[in-house]
Amino acid sequence: MTSFFQNLGMSYEAAWFTATIAGILLIAFPLMLAVALIIYSERKLWAAFALRKGPNVVGPFGILQSFADGLKVFLQETIIPSASNRGLFLIAPIITFTVALMAWAVIPFADGVVLSNINVGLLYILAISSLGVYGVVIAGWASNSKYPFYSAMRAAAQMISYEVSIGFILICIVLWAGTFNVGGIVEAQRGHIFGFINAYAFNPLLFPIAVMFLISSMAETARAPFDLTEAESELVAGYQTEYSSMAFALFWLGEYANVLLMCALNAILFWGGYLPPVDWAPLYAVPGIIWFFAKILLMFFIFAWVKATVPRYRYDQLMRLGWKVFLPISLFWVFLVSGYLMFTGHFA
Amino acid sequence: MIQLVSFYIFASIVIASAAMVIFARNPVHSVLWLIVAFFNAAGLMVLIGAEFIAMLLVIVYVGAVAVLFLFVVMMLDIDFAELRAGFVKNVPLGLLLAVVLAAELVLGIGAYQAGAVTLGTPEAGSATVSAAVPNIEAVGALLYSKYVFMFETAGLILLVAMVGAIVLTHRKSHGTRGQSISSQVQRRPEDATRNVNQPVGQGIEL
Repeated sequence: MTSFFQNLGMSYEAAWFTATIAGILLIAFPLMLAVALIIYSERKLWAAFALRKGPNVVGPFGILQSFADGLKVFLQETIIPSASNRGLFLIAPIITFTVALMAWAVIPFADGVVLSNINVGLLYILAISSLGVYGVVIAGWASNSKYPFYSAMRAAAQMISYEVSIGFILICIVLWAGTFNVGGIVEAQRGHIFGFINAYAFNPLLFPIAVMFLISSMAETARAPFDLTEAESELVAGYQTEYSSMAFALFWLGEYANVLLMCALNAILFWGGYLPPVDWAPLYAVPGIIWFFAKILLMFFIFAWVKATVPRYRYDQLMRLGWKVFLPISLFWVFLVSGYLMFTGHFA
Repeated sequence: MIQLVSFYIFASIVIASAAMVIFARNPVHSVLWLIVAFFNAAGLMVLIGAEFIAMLLVIVYVGAVAVLFLFVVMMLDIDFAELRAGFVKNVPLGLLLAVVLAAELVLGIGAYQAGAVTLGTPEAGSATVSAAVPNIEAVGALLYSKYVFMFETAGLILLVAMVGAIVLTHRKSHGTRGQSISSQVQRRPEDATRNVNQPVGQGIEL
C-alpha cells in the first residue's frame, strides 16, 4: 500500500504514514461493523439454542438490532458516580477498547495482507492481550464501589492465570513453526498433514493443545462458562456496574473485538489461517480472506454454542482448571513437542 | 523523520510520566504512570531495533509486575495525612538518595561524553550479527551456546527462589475441609436423587 501512495507522488515517509493510517482505518471500521453483526448473530444463535426467535423487529430478520442498540446507547446520558475517580473512570473503557483493536495490527487477513508484518508478532499479541486486564482493573477501582472492585480482582487473577498456559501453548506452536511471525506460522501449516491438509489441529500431538487453547481463550476473554467477572447472581454486572451510555458500549465493543481476536488466533494457530483447509489448487481460487473469515465464524459459532449450553464455573473450579490442570499439561506438552521435534530432527 | 518524531514523543512521555510517578498524590495513579513509562520505554526499544526486548518489557513489566503492584496498592488502606507526617523524618534519607542519583547521572553523562566504552576485546573469529537475523534468533543462538551455563544458573536461581517463596508462604491449614474434585465429578444423579411415584393424598417419607 505504501508503494501505491508513493505512485501518487508522495515521499516515502509521507506515503508510509498515509498507508498506515489508511490500513488502521481499513481494519478498525470493518471490525466495528463485524462486531455489530456478530452480536446480532450471537443473539440469534442463543435464541435458536433456547427455541426462541431472537431479535426480529428492527430491519429484515432484525439485522439492524445492534445498530439500533448502538444509537440508543449513544443518546443516553453518561452517568459518572460522584464518588468515582472521574479521569480513570472514563479512561478505563477507552483502554479496553483500544487494546482490543491494537492486537489486530499483526493478524494476516490473506497472504501478505497484514498491517504490520513484524518478527515478534506472536509476542506482540501476548503483550497486548496482557494489557487488556488494565481496562477492567482500572474500571473496577475507579468506580469506587464494592462489586466492580471484586469483579476487577477476579478478572485480573483470571486473565493472569490463563495467560500462563496460553504462553506455553504458543511456545509449542512456535517450536513447530520455527517462527514468531504470525504469517510465517500460517505458512508453516501449508500441507502439514500428509502433505495436503493445512492445519495444525489435525496433528495428533497438537490437537490436545488446540482444545486447551480454545478453552483458555474463552477464559481469557471472560466468556461463559468463565464469565465470573460479570456473574450477575454474585456481582450485579461486575466491573461494568457503574457504567452507562457510551462508556458501557465501549466495554461491550472491546469485549466482542477481543472475542473475535481470540477466534482469529484459534483459526491462525491451529486451523491454517487464510489457507484453504486442503492444499488443492482449485481451492486457492477462493480468496484467503474468505477462508479466514469462514474459520473465524466457525470458531465464533463454537464460542456462542458453549455460552448457550454450558453453566457457569465456580471461581475455585476456574482457578483449579487454570493452575492445576492446564499449567502442568501445557508445560508437559512443551517438553513433549520439543522432545519429539528434537528426536525427529525437525531442527536440523 | 518519523523515527525522530516518534523518538521525541516516546522519550518525552517516558520522562513526563516518570516525573508524574513521583508527583502523583494517589499511589494508584503513581503505578498507572509507571505503566505508561514502561510502555513508552518499550517504544524506545522498538526504535533502536530491539523488538524482542521491547515485547519482553511489555509482557513482563507491564503485563505481570505492574499488575501485582497495582493489586497491592489498590488493596492498601492509605492514610494520606500519615504519609505526609513522615515527610520531615525522611528528608535526610531522601536528600542522600537524590545526591547519589544526581552524582550517578553526572558521572554517566561524563563517561558518555568521554567517548565510546570498550568492554573487552571481541574474540577472534566472532562475527557481528547481521541486522537481517531476527532479535530472537540472535539472542537464542548466543544464549543456548556461549552462555548456556549462565542461562541455566539463572534458571536454577529462579527455581530456588520460587520454591523458597512457596515454602515460606505455604501454611498447612488445620480444621478446614477442602473439596475433593474427583468425588464431585464422579457424583451421579442416582447418588443424590430418587424418583418416587407418589400416590395422591399421602405424605412423602424422606
